[in-house]
Amino acid sequence: MLTSSSGAPIVTQPMLAFFAVLFTFPLWAEAAGLYHYLGVEIAIFIIYALGYNLLLGYAGLPSFGHGAFFGIGAYSYGLWQFGPLPGVFLGLAAAIAGAALAAGLVALFLSHRRGIYFALMTIAFGQIFWFLSIRLRGITGGEDGLLNILRPKLNVGWFSVNLSSNATVYYGVAILLTILIVLLWRLVHSPFGTALQAIRMNEMRARFAGYRVWLIKWTVFTLSGAIAGMAGALLALTQESAYPDVMSLHASGFVVMMTLIGGGFVSFWGPVVGALVFILARDVLGAATETWLLWYGLLFMVVMLVEPEGVVGVWLKLQARLKRLGPQPKPAEGKVSL
Amino acid sequence: MTASRPFFVAEKLHKRFGDQVVLESISLSFDEGTVSGIMGPNGAGKSTCFNVLTGLHKPDRGRVIFDGEDITGLSPEAIARKGISRSFQIMNLFDEFTAIENIMVALPQVRSGLSRLFWDTRGDSAVMDEAREVLGRVGLAGREQVRAGDLPYGQRRALEIGVALAAKPRIVFLDEPTQGLGSEGRARLAELIANLQRSYTLVIIEHDMTFLFGLAQKISVIHWGQVIAQGTPQELMANEWVRASDLGKVA
Repeated sequence: MLTSSSGAPIVTQPMLAFFAVLFTFPLWAEAAGLYHYLGVEIAIFIIYALGYNLLLGYAGLPSFGHGAFFGIGAYSYGLWQFGPLPGVFLGLAAAIAGAALAAGLVALFLSHRRGIYFALMTIAFGQIFWFLSIRLRGITGGEDGLLNILRPKLNVGWFSVNLSSNATVYYGVAILLTILIVLLWRLVHSPFGTALQAIRMNEMRARFAGYRVWLIKWTVFTLSGAIAGMAGALLALTQESAYPDVMSLHASGFVVMMTLIGGGFVSFWGPVVGALVFILARDVLGAATETWLLWYGLLFMVVMLVEPEGVVGVWLKLQARLKRLGPQPKPAEGKVSL
Repeated sequence: MTASRPFFVAEKLHKRFGDQVVLESISLSFDEGTVSGIMGPNGAGKSTCFNVLTGLHKPDRGRVIFDGEDITGLSPEAIARKGISRSFQIMNLFDEFTAIENIMVALPQVRSGLSRLFWDTRGDSAVMDEAREVLGRVGLAGREQVRAGDLPYGQRRALEIGVALAAKPRIVFLDEPTQGLGSEGRARLAELIANLQRSYTLVIIEHDMTFLFGLAQKISVIHWGQVIAQGTPQELMANEWVRASDLGKVA
């Protein structure tokens, strides 16, 4: 198996299990009562939440305005397709660059802040971008959004892939998600990830250990914004449109809820589970009642009251209990890898 | 002894918070390879003095010179990178990390490897062996995998010193390392510091005079934001302030 320079696996077993589910989904989706478009949405929000958790779960920095970067990604992608060089890859690159630029600028103001001041400033910046998206009608289409962003052909070398079916789009998003998971897993297990966690636990101590905390915070915010931008672009591609509502305060709150309900503070996989739970709950509850958000909100509150570490937190506790009950506990291998 | 360049010098430091003067023309110097002590009553300005020396606060006036270089007003991270390490009066660890991870994260090679995406330091035996060695030096061998937050108090204090040492410092500032420890813990810590003084330059803030007098070669007494006395423990025995305090019980 692939390993890093110091022998740690680059692809882990939980990853393989997840990829297996991810890439077989279109084969069994309909039998399970699901549909391809839902899979695309879930995968996109997993990307969004994974990037968000770098900030919240690892660095302990609560952003309540992350929808701004998701939206900027969506608009950048859409506007790029109206330009002289339409194309999926260039559009994605434009979205990532646009979101990174915006996040990098915002992060200049945020990286010396923490706690409530950090949180309030993310709300303020998020509201500014949301406001701009509605007011700059000439660019964004205002409240109507950008419409008719046609799905271009995906050109890979000599091949040209037609993206008109959601199943094809799904595989494209799944490939990007796979690459992202492998890279993020490496990132959080590299010295950079260790530094992020150190900052979450004790920013002051990290500074006195010589870490340039503001630079690390700037970098992770920008990176997280860029990933949100990529997710936004993929949604714009899928929906063939981009709307300002993804940038609103309550839409920004969704990614926080996803990350928390899944267990982003205790596990790399928290946001994956959280995004899955969120979109499925929206569909299942949404089919039953128009007030699904009320019920989802109540569900969220119950989970946070009973088990603040989220779904994965429950799973980890069950696992620990099973290990204690089991006849032969495995020898300790250092860190829990899940 | 040849007159060498002074190792760490603070010249006439002033610091005020609002209209309260906390440091008033404080001058101190610490020689390489020695243990220096800073003593004084609560609120005398000892911790503020450390905070100015290590970059948390900028002095209003005065200079801080380390090994011939002016480091006045640099940020804590810049000062740390010059080989100046410190511990804190109030417990300051990465509580969710294990003991060995606390040391690992403070190693300079980990700090300077932030761009190495494919480096898993926890799986790197060279890094972990070094961290284990530092833990051993502060008496925490065998406690590697315990979360810092779960260690008993005395071991947490020892781990704090370990985190300060992990940076391979050229000078270490310890702010009231015995804070909250019982007599047994103090004795153990005194032994630990006595062992460390062979390899490190140490500056220690301490209330406990017995503790300090047994370790330091030079002691400065700070009161009302000023250095009111300076000298060897023997010289200080004769000092008015020291006599007036409870030192008599010690001597």
